[in-house]
Amino acid sequence: MNHLRQGSDAHVDAAAHSDGDGPAIRLEGVSKSFADLKVLDDVTLDVAQGTGFCLLGRSGTGKSVTLKHIMGLMMPDAGRVFVHGKNVTELKRQELGEVRRTMGFLFQNAALFDSITVGENVAFPMRRHTDWAEEKILDTAKARLADVGLTEAFDKMPGDLSGGMKKRAGLARAMALDPDILLVDEPSAGLDPITGDEIDELLLGLKKKGTTLVMVTHNIPSARHVADELAMLHEGRIIAHGTAGELDRSDDALVRAFMRSESGG
Amino acid sequence: MVERTGLAILAFLGWVGEVSLFGLRAMREAFRPPFEFAEITRQLYEVGWRSAPLIATSGFSIGVVLSMHTRASLERFGAEAMIPAGLTIALIRETGPLVTALLVSGRVGAGIGAELGAMKVTEQIDALEAVAVDSFKYLAVTRIIACILALPILTTITNVCGILGGYLAETSISGMSLELYFSRAFAVVEFSDLIPSTLKTMVFGMIIGTVACYLGFTTTQGTEGVGRTSTRSVVMSSILIILANVVLVRLIFFLFPPV
Repeated sequence: MNHLRQGSDAHVDAAAHSDGDGPAIRLEGVSKSFADLKVLDDVTLDVAQGTGFCLLGRSGTGKSVTLKHIMGLMMPDAGRVFVHGKNVTELKRQELGEVRRTMGFLFQNAALFDSITVGENVAFPMRRHTDWAEEKILDTAKARLADVGLTEAFDKMPGDLSGGMKKRAGLARAMALDPDILLVDEPSAGLDPITGDEIDELLLGLKKKGTTLVMVTHNIPSARHVADELAMLHEGRIIAHGTAGELDRSDDALVRAFMRSESGG
Repeated sequence: MVERTGLAILAFLGWVGEVSLFGLRAMREAFRPPFEFAEITRQLYEVGWRSAPLIATSGFSIGVVLSMHTRASLERFGAEAMIPAGLTIALIRETGPLVTALLVSGRVGAGIGAELGAMKVTEQIDALEAVAVDSFKYLAVTRIIACILALPILTTITNVCGILGGYLAETSISGMSLELYFSRAFAVVEFSDLIPSTLKTMVFGMIIGTVACYLGFTTTQGTEGVGRTSTRSVVMSSILIILANVVLVRLIFFLFPPV
């Protein structure tokens, strides 16, 4: 994070936010409802620093909502969410901004800014939060796009990309500031198997460099490959939590059935 | 029937209250750093410069039509000499500001509503927040400020083009010279005619920007919702502009009593 703009409003020192050996992310009794629909029901989990954590579950069980709570894009009806030891549910906007600068988020539908080019999308966080020279910003944006195999898309508009390409561009933007924590929502959805594997390798590489990964996926092979720990959400509650091997041996038939799936997303 | 009408009025007033709070929040945030000058400039280009051809053409046409109507009326009393002054006063005091605001509401209000609505339903606003950018400030405050600054400038363009249109219509019929037309046009115009009525368009700009941004930020239900937001932005801002104009004209007459 040493490239982030120095100054009272912009400097981010991840270590200062961390509570030492504590988890990078902690959810304590988080509940969330939309009208009468309870999406999260007393969810508690820890994600250790520098590890890969995968949230599994059928569609509509609150996986993406959990990611949005971690990023502070949604606030829980009950419970607390800690990132680097800071309770994001109680932070003021500026403090929340500082925490967010240590994280990257890949949205389920990529959510690229459609009025600017793909290259500008990737450069956007750097322009906002660093003092880098223009040349360095553009070089870094090109390098991030190369990481996801999209070198040729730099000058294209998001509307000109396929769904899979948008996803990869979204991942490049999420990685732009070299985040401590990367939240990825279905990274391999819409990708061909080879590109999906390349994205998995990229995520593994980031994890080896110390990035904490939280991934939502339906792709069980990918989850086994990237994640150190997995948790399965069902009807708003975590019904299983552990390594892939532990989930394989779960007493719950739904968990075992899910883990046997070889879906490629 | 009476009950339903009452409930509809109450719902409308409640909605106006929510929009007003949104606008007040924008005004408060406008004076807090960071100031997003680059985005304000970009929005001024979008709202102001790109509306200028529409505004100039409309202003010119209105000037021609107003001149023809004024001539038809004043001819009956043998007061053709008053045509330039009558047209100029009508344009500067009321027609120019109101027509400009309604035109901008149609072009810009619909555009802002649709743009922000689409950003909302495709999670682009969340994506801005995720890269630690205050989406309210970056998207709403900049657009509202741009509307506030652009409206007086666009109104001036309407007025100038309208007066020129009036001159062309008049000279084609009576052969009046440009010098005589302008000397008659501005003989009775005072600063109290020009300044308050031009500055009141800043309120219209705030209404257009605030309504469009509020509706954009609260868009739901996918592309259908985006379409609804675009239409509602035009309808609601037009209604509020016309209602606000009544209050503002009364206020102007109170502060600058007609001699």
